[in-house]
Parts: sequence; C-alpha cells; structure tokens
Amino acid sequence: MRPSGTGTRGAGRPAPLVWFRRARTREILTAYVLIAPHMLALSVFTFFAMGFAFYLGFHRYDLLSPPTFAGARNFVRIFTDPDFHIALRNTIYYTAVVVPIQTALALFYAVLLNQPVRLRTFFRAAFYAPSVTASIVISLVFIWLYAKQGIFNYLLSKLGLPASIDWLGNPATALPAIMMMNIWSTAPTFMVVFLAALQDIPDSLLEAAAIDGANAWQRFTRVTLPLLRPSIFFVVVMGTIGCLQVFDQIYIMTRGGPLKSTMTLNYLIYSEAFENFRMGYAAALSLILFVLILLLTVIQKRYIDVEVQY
Amino acid sequence: MRGKTVLIYALLLAITVVTFSPFVLSVLGSLKDTRSILAWPPRIFSPPFHPDNYVRVWKASPLFPVWVRNSIVLAVITVAVKLLSCSMAGYAFARMRFPGRNVLFWATLATMMVPYAVTLVPNYTIMAKFGWIDTYLPLIVPGISDAFGVFLMAQFFKTLPRDYEDAARIDGASWFTIFWRVMLPLARPALVALAIFKFQASWNDFLGPLIYLNTPSKFTLPLGLNFFKGQYFHFWELILAGAMFNAVPMLIIFAIFQRYFIKGISLGGLKA
Repeated sequence: MRPSGTGTRGAGRPAPLVWFRRARTREILTAYVLIAPHMLALSVFTFFAMGFAFYLGFHRYDLLSPPTFAGARNFVRIFTDPDFHIALRNTIYYTAVVVPIQTALALFYAVLLNQPVRLRTFFRAAFYAPSVTASIVISLVFIWLYAKQGIFNYLLSKLGLPASIDWLGNPATALPAIMMMNIWSTAPTFMVVFLAALQDIPDSLLEAAAIDGANAWQRFTRVTLPLLRPSIFFVVVMGTIGCLQVFDQIYIMTRGGPLKSTMTLNYLIYSEAFENFRMGYAAALSLILFVLILLLTVIQKRYIDVEVQY
Repeated sequence: MRGKTVLIYALLLAITVVTFSPFVLSVLGSLKDTRSILAWPPRIFSPPFHPDNYVRVWKASPLFPVWVRNSIVLAVITVAVKLLSCSMAGYAFARMRFPGRNVLFWATLATMMVPYAVTLVPNYTIMAKFGWIDTYLPLIVPGISDAFGVFLMAQFFKTLPRDYEDAARIDGASWFTIFWRVMLPLARPALVALAIFKFQASWNDFLGPLIYLNTPSKFTLPLGLNFFKGQYFHFWELILAGAMFNAVPMLIIFAIFQRYFIKGISLGGLKA
C-alpha cells in the first residue's frame, strides 16, 4: 500500500513502525471527518426518522399536544378506513398498468435508438425531453390538453372518436388520463438504463446467433432479452417504487377526485398528515406503504432477477 | 434492408412527435390571446402571436420574479452542499481504509430503497421541533446526505488511477490536500453529472416546498406556478407562459450537458 522509502526519509523521522501507526491513525481520522456530514445527516433524517415513523405509528399526535400512546389502534383503523381501501385499490391499479407499459415502451425506445442511425443524439434528446421537465409543468400542460374543449379531444374527433370527454372530471377516465401522461413522461428516464445495457451486449454473441440461423426476432428474444434481465429488474423495481408513491400529478391535477377516483396512498398520507394533522395515522399508513414496496421488490427479485449464463 | 431503414426512421420520427409535441403545443398556446386559446375547434397554429404574454406573466403577479429568484438560489445552494458532502464521503469510501467502512457504505446504499413517503411525516415533525417550518433549511439540510450522490462519486473515484495520489503522497501531501488538490479536479466529469441531476431535482421539486413553505413570497417557482394557476384560472396562455419559465431553462441545460446526463444515469443506476 504505502510507497516504500517514505518512512526512512530524513533523520528526524520516528522509527518506521511508529510512523506507520501514526499515518494509519491520521488516515482513519481524516476518513471520519470526510464522511461526517453525510453520515450525520443520514443518521438524523433517514435512520432516526425511520425509527421515529415507527414510534409515531403507535401514537396519536397532532403536532400541538404531546404524542399519546395509541397501541395498535392506528393500524386497526387503517383496515376499516374506506379511504384506505379506495387508495390501495387505486394505487395498485395505477402501478399494475403503468409499470409494464412504461418498461416495455422504454425498452422499445432504447432498441430503436440502438440501431445504426444518423442524428442519434438528436433523437435521444427529443425522446428524453419529458423526463427533465418538472411535474408541475407537465401537469399544467396536460390539464390544458385534457380539457373538454382541449387539443386531446380535438385530435380524437379528427379520428372520428367521441370528442367531448371531460378527461380529468370523469371518475372513469381521470386516473387512466394521469397514467397515460406519466407513462409518457417516465418511459424516457428508463430508456437510458436500457440503452446503456444494450451497448454492453457483446456483438459476438448476436453474430454467433445469426450464423446459427437465428432471425432478428429470435436474436432479440433469445439473446438480448435474457441478457437484459438485470436491467429489466432494476427498471421494474424503480418503476414500482415510483408508481406506488405517485403524488405531485394527483395533487396538482385532481386533488384525489372526482369522487376519490384518483386518491392514491401517498395522497391519502399527505392529506391525513398535512390537512388533518393526524401525524400518527399518516405515519402508520406510510409504514404500510413501505411494507408493500418491500414485498413487491422481493417478489420481483424472485421472478425477474434470475442469473443468466452463456 | 432499405425497407427496414425507412421503418426505423419513421418510428423515430413518430416517437419524436409524441414525446415533443406537448412542448410545441404549449409554446404555441402560450403565444395566443385569452379568447383564441379557448376556441373550439382549437386552432393549433394561429397567428397573430403574442410574445408579450411572457412579459405579462412577469408583471401580472409581483411574486413571479421572486419565485424565479428563490428557485435559482435554492438550487444553487443545494447543489453546492451536495457536491461537497458527496465527493468527500465518496472519496473516503472509495480510497481510504477505516473501521466500519463497508458497513457504513452498505447502510448508505440500503437507504436508496427507503421510499421518501416513510421519512416524510417524521421529518416534518423533526423540522417543526427545530422551528424550521417556512424556511429553506428543511429543503437543504437533509440533502447533505445523498445516497445516490455518494455512490456515484465513490464509483467514479474507484475508476481513477492511483498514480497521482501516490506521487502526491511521496511529496508529503496530506489526505485533505490529496482530496482537494488532486482528486477533485480529476473528478470533474462526475461532479458535473451530479450537479446537473441535483439541480434538476431541486429546480423541479414540488412536494418539499409544498410541505415546508407557507408564505407565498418564499415559494419556489413550481409551487408558485400552482398558486398562479389558482389565481389566473381562465388565462391559460399566461399559465402556459409561466410554466415555460420553469421548463425552458431545464431543457436548455439538458441540451448542453446531454452527455453527462446519460453517463450519470448509467454510472449511478446500473452498476449497483
């Protein structure tokens, strides 16, 4: 490790062993100083906060009077709370539709951009643009596009389809409209992950498959897709975590309505904590959400992240 | 072969239209007047254009310029804080040996799996105890720790050759000097990637400011735009023009630093 000879330079140096010990101490101390800001903030705002979420989950707390112990009452209430059932159903519906479609779309974008085409940088930038745009901007633009007399309905009327749907005002269409918008804006983020993975696949494997008589579709399904499993796992897990926590667009566009048709778990947590000031109940809800996320991640690991060898 | 090439370009163009047309439509919309933006059937391209809508937004609400300034100041501070703390921790994890290194590194990585919804409620309570509600501190201080940033910097430092550090050490440089004078300048590509990501995260953040900021004059632009929407509900051309003040700077930054964006995602995302 240490460059030889440094310990013997100069007459005033202590014996090599003592020098080495001091240098080690200095290295350790310096390292602790360097990680201190990060570890301190992590300890308070992540580790302590998680423990505190657990504490709050078993208490009643309105931010004004001190917390009182509530036992398991918050959790019992969750399972009899009709809003929780609606929010859970909406969140699962949202996730089950958005994750597969955005993953497939991201892969499709990436495969297309991985072809030997001119202007690849231009196309990549155009595809990616929705992903760098703020949720507030996208939500405002789509409120306008989705209006009853908006451009979206106008395009549908041009195709001869029913054209006076109040997309965000109708309980049947509000959540699907938000799903469609979020698939549009999130797929490009994950496209980049697939693009990087596609570029790591050795050409020799695809060439060997071609020599063996595999057509393009077979090469994709039998060689490319299995090698992409780790990336697919990553994209599905990150997509699921994101979908289960969808909030900004709901808050800006529909406030959970109409008739609670867009009420999601995170929106429910927000309104319990910051509109009703039921911090204990909100913390209990967030723990349920956490368990749901962990559970889905484990299941996805079991079925998607399978080792592939060639 | 020819047919395949045509098909590929046709698909590329079709997707470009799908991903990019909402931006074009909203810019065109932001240039209309109040009556023509509500007309049915909508006229997508309808001169005369009113570029003065952008000036009207700036003047309509005296708070609008304040929100823009707040957003810039907050994003710059957040990025500076994160670059410093992530590169410090990343360097220590990548290059130095100290008791507990692996445990602390894995603990850091594990927190990437913790959904922010879980820490939202307790952190609000903590901030309330600190008396930090309606200040920018809750939006800056927790960000000192950033698992993704630490991981990204550590991964990058690991790829650098050790020769420069060894040379500096033989010259008697301390760990701090080596970190500050030798390693940080070498880490510029990773720092740029991290800076862009974190600028984007702060510039676009909605939930954080929504929860912690109450006074309209302290709002950031995303929160301000939501407030603005409530006040100018029938002036869609102004709402769209206002939204462009948030979207366009980010799109320009992306266009300039595209390479770093892509590199950062593949460096921080996949090699976990």
